[in-house]
Amino acid sequence: MADYSDSPRTVPRKSATFDDYTLSEIRRAAATGIYDIRGGGTKRHLPTFDDLVFLGASMSRYPLEGYRERCDTDVVLGTRFAKKPLHLKIPITIAGMSFGSLSANAKEALGRGASAMGTSTTTGDGGMTDEEREHSSLLVYQYLPSRYGMNPDDLRRADAIEVVVGQGAKPGGGGMLLGQKISPRVAHMRTLPEGVDQRSACRHPDWTGPDDLEIKIHELREITDWEKPIYVKVGAARPYYDTALAVKSGADVVVVDGMQGGTAATQEVFIEHVGIPTLPAVREAVRALRELDMHRTVQLVVSGGIRSGADVAKALAMGADAVSIGTAALVALGDNDPALEEEYQKLGTTAGCYDDWHEGLDPAGITTTEPELEKRLDPVKAGRRLRNYLSVMTMELQTLARANGKSHVKNLEPEDLAALTVEAAAMAQVPLAGTNWVPGQN
Amino acid sequence: MTISNTTFDLEALSLRGINSALHAAEEGAFTVLNPGGAHALACGLNAPLEVTIKGHTGYYCAGMNKHAAVTIEGNVGTGCGENIMSGTIRVKGDASQSLGATGHGGLIVVEGSASARAGISMKGVDIVVKGDVGHMSAFMAQAGRLVVLGDAGADLGDSIYEAELFVRGKVASLGADCEEKPLGDADKAALGALLEQAGIDADPAAFKRYGSARKLYNFNIDHMDSY
Repeated sequence: MADYSDSPRTVPRKSATFDDYTLSEIRRAAATGIYDIRGGGTKRHLPTFDDLVFLGASMSRYPLEGYRERCDTDVVLGTRFAKKPLHLKIPITIAGMSFGSLSANAKEALGRGASAMGTSTTTGDGGMTDEEREHSSLLVYQYLPSRYGMNPDDLRRADAIEVVVGQGAKPGGGGMLLGQKISPRVAHMRTLPEGVDQRSACRHPDWTGPDDLEIKIHELREITDWEKPIYVKVGAARPYYDTALAVKSGADVVVVDGMQGGTAATQEVFIEHVGIPTLPAVREAVRALRELDMHRTVQLVVSGGIRSGADVAKALAMGADAVSIGTAALVALGDNDPALEEEYQKLGTTAGCYDDWHEGLDPAGITTTEPELEKRLDPVKAGRRLRNYLSVMTMELQTLARANGKSHVKNLEPEDLAALTVEAAAMAQVPLAGTNWVPGQN
Repeated sequence: MTISNTTFDLEALSLRGINSALHAAEEGAFTVLNPGGAHALACGLNAPLEVTIKGHTGYYCAGMNKHAAVTIEGNVGTGCGENIMSGTIRVKGDASQSLGATGHGGLIVVEGSASARAGISMKGVDIVVKGDVGHMSAFMAQAGRLVVLGDAGADLGDSIYEAELFVRGKVASLGADCEEKPLGDADKAALGALLEQAGIDADPAAFKRYGSARKLYNFNIDHMDSY
């Protein structure tokens, strides 16, 4: 019998189906009997704005001189009905994130950074804090199903109102803030006992569907004497229909949040398997607005995985009026900083991967309400970092706009874009690079 | 601005005009004629006004009320008194669904019956219903009191937090994590005071009291069947 003991052997081969993460999840589930909960947005690979490129100027397009010729960035939100629309200096806003899911210092830092750049920040599920109002020159007040901390005085002192129907991380899901983060102040603001898991409702308690929403928006306008812009935020599920229905309901602004959008805490299965990416969501929302002849009359804000001036420029070119950032803003404040690697290791993770925000143990002092951890975040310094980051994003945006010959970033258009993949060409409805082929069109 | 004993006719004035006048007033008594089922009537009041509405209203009548005393001499649509902060709302007729939803304070009295989800997500408001309430009333109720002199529909107090429920009639069924609680002397005294405030003559001892079993306050895999 032949001896094969010295023969070459194949190297151990890992299964693409049962990869390391999947195996660890099966073992974790088997040990605990409960689904995995985490923060952030989807982590899987998706078609993104990276799959698009700008064509730039050429023989038929004149570029603008960098540092010499102006390229404006301002945008006005809420021009349809509101007496006092929001005038933003840059088309990059801070998305809704609650006090409770974030520390008071983090909320203050977001306000400081956004205000320094002349843009807005947004409350979250849990109401408005005085610090947040004080440090945010433009503050959007979220109107959520839970109505935690909801009161008409805050409604009136807000600069805009955002009726939240859903969010990209979990279209169809309610909020989740586990007991570890329900501090005395958070509990008081939400009228809940301390330490109790807070599962916010997934539906509004007093309206269902677009016909009711129209009446609800009317009520909010009456209460605020028609001054405030009213946004409607939807998770990217059926963006064409949801945008159309939001317009029909009387929204001034529609916010569409793709599945890359983050959350404070939700089931992993929800984050990864419900909703569609930001890229096709923008296109579908713009299509609805154009068909209704409401493009630019009702402004479109896009969020979910926006990281750079390039992402902003591509979203605007596809027809958005502005974007919102959440996760990127937290990173700018100091979230997942490699300087804290030793502490992340103690939590069983590594810098860049930490997402157990619901546990309230964030060593960066951002996604926590634990007093000692919260002190670690200096709101002035963190606010400055956010300002710097927003400034860089804006300069990147202007660089790309000038390269395409635009004197205002709002003039970027789909014609400036090409897709690098068939998937992106189909989702964004721009030609595959080097061709005039748009899947589904020709 | 102070206006007293003023009458508004919704057939002659716009809703916006009436609400604007009510928002501008600091005190006084007002009567609204011909409401015609209008939505968002007398919402966002923020002063100790006395407002009487002569007829039926639509959605969100007296929504987010603060300080004002609003009386509706008719029926009200969905979400009457939603997110009320303080003051009183008295409905002489029946109320549609989501009565007093998310209300933080104040008192709502319905002399007829209220439909489904009365007191949903209530956060401190007191609601007294002389007749019946529909299904899922006091769903996710956090604080405050819901008093029902008639019967309560199915799944009363589902997922309730610290609100208190009192029912004199029959309860079709209790929702998840809602249970009957003892009705002690202090409870009877407090209920009696609330009934008196609501202008209703009833014996507190005739009610049953319900509240949270607190078994779903923190996730527990052993309670999975209740989720």
